Amino acid sequence: MEWRDQGVLLSMRRHGESAAIIEVLTETRGRHAGVVRGGGGRRMAPVLQPGAQLDLVWRARLEDHLGSFAVEPLRLRAAEAMADRLALLGLGSVCALLQFALPERAPQPVLYPASCALLDRLGQEGWLRRYLAWELQLLEATGYGLDLSRCAVTGTAEGLAYVSPRTGRAVSLSGAGPWADRLLPLPPGLDGQGGMDRDGLLAGLRVTGHFLATWLAPALGDRPLPEARARFLRAVERS
Amino acid sequence: MSPPTEPGEIDALIAQVARLPGLGPRSARRLVLHLVRRRAQVLDPLARALARVAEAARECSLCGNISTSEICPICTDPRRASGEICVVEEVSDLWAMERGGAFCGRYHVLGGTLSALDAIGPEDLRIPALVNRVRDEGISEVILALNATVDGQTTAHYIAEMLEPCGVRVSALAQGVPMGGELDYLDDGTIGAALRARKTL
Repeated sequence: MEWRDQGVLLSMRRHGESAAIIEVLTETRGRHAGVVRGGGGRRMAPVLQPGAQLDLVWRARLEDHLGSFAVEPLRLRAAEAMADRLALLGLGSVCALLQFALPERAPQPVLYPASCALLDRLGQEGWLRRYLAWELQLLEATGYGLDLSRCAVTGTAEGLAYVSPRTGRAVSLSGAGPWADRLLPLPPGLDGQGGMDRDGLLAGLRVTGHFLATWLAPALGDRPLPEARARFLRAVERS
Repeated sequence: MSPPTEPGEIDALIAQVARLPGLGPRSARRLVLHLVRRRAQVLDPLARALARVAEAARECSLCGNISTSEICPICTDPRRASGEICVVEEVSDLWAMERGGAFCGRYHVLGGTLSALDAIGPEDLRIPALVNRVRDEGISEVILALNATVDGQTTAHYIAEMLEPCGVRVSALAQGVPMGGELDYLDDGTIGAALRARKTL
């Protein structure tokens, strides 16, 4: 078995004295693990950092084997993010969430390009808004997408102000009625329309965080969300 | 005369040596054979040194360095009370810094880095002890000498945040072209970091 593709490195752990086991995200093969011979050495250390764009050749005798990767660096994003605390934490959060949420070897035709586009813009103007949109895409790609297009109660697309924490559907101000205090605030712009300020961004991250924790995590064996996301959220709150 | 060593004991020694970093069963066998053949010159002194270290080696209760006393020689040396603490990930990093002799303050060994993958949080490292030292010892500067990896730099930013209320200067090692390095052989990230950290001549 052999294939060649590009991918984003999600994690690396040393294996024995000189090898490493890496996990990458590719468009056609999804989240995929493999051994890199010599990957634990000094020469490969700058290449095998989370977020790196790699040219990958995977080989194994049988398809369900772990297999081994031959890797060539294409773009080392970690080095660019290291000077910017928020960007570095964002990179950590993206990689940790992808590793946490995605099934192994399932193609990611939407989430892969979205993840690459976000990682390429870490630290640039408006990247936090992109990060929030990416978390919505992550929920969508894992089967837990939110429906923010119209009110679940009245059917209107106007005046949407809340998200139901149970169904993930938008609720308008008039449709919320006496249940408003039990609903999550829907910040303007979360549906991708119009601008969004810092408070809106934080409210949006709380909405996605709620569904990541209450929908996605229980489906994955009730593991807690990666600490990297909590650290990123705290840094956004302090910024 | 002592009884001859059982082959089982030799095998047990080979198995122990083979577990050391950089060694495998074949090199362990060669090494053990060398020790046994040069008992007086190599094996006995080595056994005595190992026994002494096994008896006395411990972590310095202040900085986390390995030494044979409660407080390591670096922490007890009054000439090193410069008001600067260099924070490193592991004892091996401290030894690397000492090899160069460029730093004459004191150290603090974290014992690792924050890692989402390995679920290592701040409470698993010696970060609270660092904050206490900065408060108690009248430290003027904390130098973060952590590895230029995602985990290393995430930890560095976290420590800088923790030390913010202490009002201490927090600096980090520069990143760039190593001594004798040729640009052609450097990775893109290092070249980029070096360019961002360029200085006027």
